[in-house]
Amino acid sequence: MTATHDVDMEKMVVVEGSYSVAHAVKVCRPNVISAYPITPQTHIVEDLSQFMADGEIPGCEYLNVESEFSAISALVGASAAGARTYSATTSQGLELMHEVLFNVSGMRLPVVMTVVNRAVSAPINIWNDHQDSISQRDTGWIQLYAEDTQEAADMTAQAFKIAEDKDVLMPAMVCMDGFILSHVYEPVVLLEQDLVDQYLPTFDPEFVLDPKNPMSFGAFADPSTYTEFRYLQEKAMGVALRKIEDAANEFNEIFGRYYGGLIEEYNTEDAEIIIMAMGSIIGTLKDVIDAHSSKGEKIGLVKVRSFRPFPKFEIKKALKDAKMVVVLDKNISIGLNEGALFTETKACLYNTHIDVPVAGYMIGHGGRDIPVSTIEKIIDEAKAAMKTGIDIESQFTDLREELL
Amino acid sequence: MSPELKSKPKSLLAPGHRGCAGCCDAMAAKFTLMAAGEDCIVINPTGCLEVMTTPYPESAWEVPWIHSLFENTAAVASGIEAALKAKGTIGKTKIIAIGGDGSTLDIGIRSISGAFERGHDFTYVCIDNEAYMNTGVQRSGATPFDASTTTSPAGKVSFGNQRPKKNMPAIIAAHGSPYIATTSIAYPKDMIRKVKIANETVGPTYIHAHAPCTTGWGFDTSKTVEIGKLAVETALWPMFEMEDGEITKVRKIKNPKPVEDYLKMQRRFKHLFSMEGGEEEIKKIQAIADKNVVDFGL
Ligand SMILES: Cc1ncc(C[n+]2csc(CCOP(=O)(O)OP(=O)(O)O)c2C)c(N)n1
Ligand code: SF4
Ligand SMILES: [Mg+2]
Repeated sequence: MTATHDVDMEKMVVVEGSYSVAHAVKVCRPNVISAYPITPQTHIVEDLSQFMADGEIPGCEYLNVESEFSAISALVGASAAGARTYSATTSQGLELMHEVLFNVSGMRLPVVMTVVNRAVSAPINIWNDHQDSISQRDTGWIQLYAEDTQEAADMTAQAFKIAEDKDVLMPAMVCMDGFILSHVYEPVVLLEQDLVDQYLPTFDPEFVLDPKNPMSFGAFADPSTYTEFRYLQEKAMGVALRKIEDAANEFNEIFGRYYGGLIEEYNTEDAEIIIMAMGSIIGTLKDVIDAHSSKGEKIGLVKVRSFRPFPKFEIKKALKDAKMVVVLDKNISIGLNEGALFTETKACLYNTHIDVPVAGYMIGHGGRDIPVSTIEKIIDEAKAAMKTGIDIESQFTDLREELL
Repeated sequence: MSPELKSKPKSLLAPGHRGCAGCCDAMAAKFTLMAAGEDCIVINPTGCLEVMTTPYPESAWEVPWIHSLFENTAAVASGIEAALKAKGTIGKTKIIAIGGDGSTLDIGIRSISGAFERGHDFTYVCIDNEAYMNTGVQRSGATPFDASTTTSPAGKVSFGNQRPKKNMPAIIAAHGSPYIATTSIAYPKDMIRKVKIANETVGPTYIHAHAPCTTGWGFDTSKTVEIGKLAVETALWPMFEMEDGEITKVRKIKNPKPVEDYLKMQRRFKHLFSMEGGEEEIKKIQAIADKNVVDFGL
């Protein structure tokens, strides 16, 4: 199923991406918000602070902590005490949280966090790429990537629903591209309180810190029990695959907007070339693909909404009849010369009967612009590779040779 | 059960944990819980106390207890306080962080500073056994001058740890805490009384409990209390209370004992009695005690 939007023009307002997300957080009725400012996440926490100052988030405490490390740590305590919890960060802030991210997931605390994607230092750079969240891939967090500001807002409500599901209980990151989405003004529908109340049940965890029923959280597990904790996290991610689809479908029923579940397929039926990507670049890719379709060219797109859990089954199904796959990544595993989506897509096609060449392009590092001409060039190379085979498996895009 | 025993507060730290015989951390936790009673939530960083009390699936804690990491205890506590506030159940339930000196003075100080500055209503109890015991007696910011630890060993050209103890109560006082007290596990009544006051005081309060560790300091397991008393009686560990930044009460010592009495009973100071120049070093330690007598009016 492809994306559908029942857009009610009457309800649309032009707001900044950060505002639509902050508003979505507000109507999800969080109990504890804890965050530390960092560009380009700042507008989200400023908007939430204003909501607090205006008394618009009843039953909520906002912690102005002294670091991202404490921002996420405070939510460990708050979530274990039964609160619905939220934070937002990016880049250096997310990297500073690294140790705690494993802890949140290992303790099965369904914290929801917006990651406003930004490059990581050094060199210090405030613009968008996906290195920050991709570097946290193995921390046991659900990772969803939004294409536009409406989706980032809608995904926030979906993330709470998925993370807090009793059969999941895993934390979730809603990833949105820094500046490109966080600072853009676009017409959106702000999530309606009554509809969110209908969509999102109250958070009522079974295990909480409660003197009436004392329990120990975060015990020490030796080799005889540790493995099973990991296994159960993996199992919960398996359940999340289904719940992500369910959350998208239920959202569609109540709000009339749908962006795909784990992935969104765009023009993939009979496509010879399929491009894969995540985040705001999807908008540009759809425009380019439309232009090619009108000329009768068979180019499709797989937008990956869920990077963790990784939708192997859906990706295999989408790619199985393609003649050429191109994966765009705004990140790199240095020393492998590949982006994560590329590596993982290749890996999930191995040991199958699908035999399609896959080429990787690392693109848009540190906010480098991605013009349509670059995408056209990639498509031209894909057309050639379809006939002659892949020349270069994975490469940097738009390198400025004169700087090297 | 004798009426006397019956009147004792119930211990909420179950026996059977894996602490060493004569363990100071176990005593500190027990006294803290005696003061707090059942209606509390305990936050405990990585360290001896955490490891020895909660080998999954067992737990010695008969109150709600949470361990997250080594350096974020005060932040976790502030999140719990915020959650109770949000749910409207704040007030009755006491929120108590119990951390070792390493997690308090060193790696966790950022989150402590943040939590005290924000003014959360909780009590932080530091169990000061003067080194990283859980990882094998490495030095911390609380290790005293000239103590030999595994990362500040005495050697041919070293008398051990070269720096005096970091003054954590003063750091907390600078954050405007309404109640701060130093105590020692060798004085259970004193410790229980102070933890109670801290719990009852609204705002972030701090208890710094001196806690001799049989394994790390090198003394017989039966001597934990004796050593703890000697630290106080030699004026090396002054016991005082602070309200709103002012010292309001001090435990007086009539005739301070010479520091040798304390030092000679511990393996970590043994080198001071055998190495050339050791006498001079002991004089420096005596000077620390003498200064305490003057500074605190002991
Ligand atoms: C980030 C991090 N660094 C180091 C450690 C290793 N570590 C665990 S407990 C500990 C020492 C604990 O010392 P202290 O806080 O004084 O408690 P004690 O065990 O002495 O009671 C260390 C260094 C860790 N768990 N996490
Ligand atoms: S090493 Fe010290 S603190 Fe640790 S369990 Fe043994 S006596 Fe207790
Ligand atoms: Mg210690």
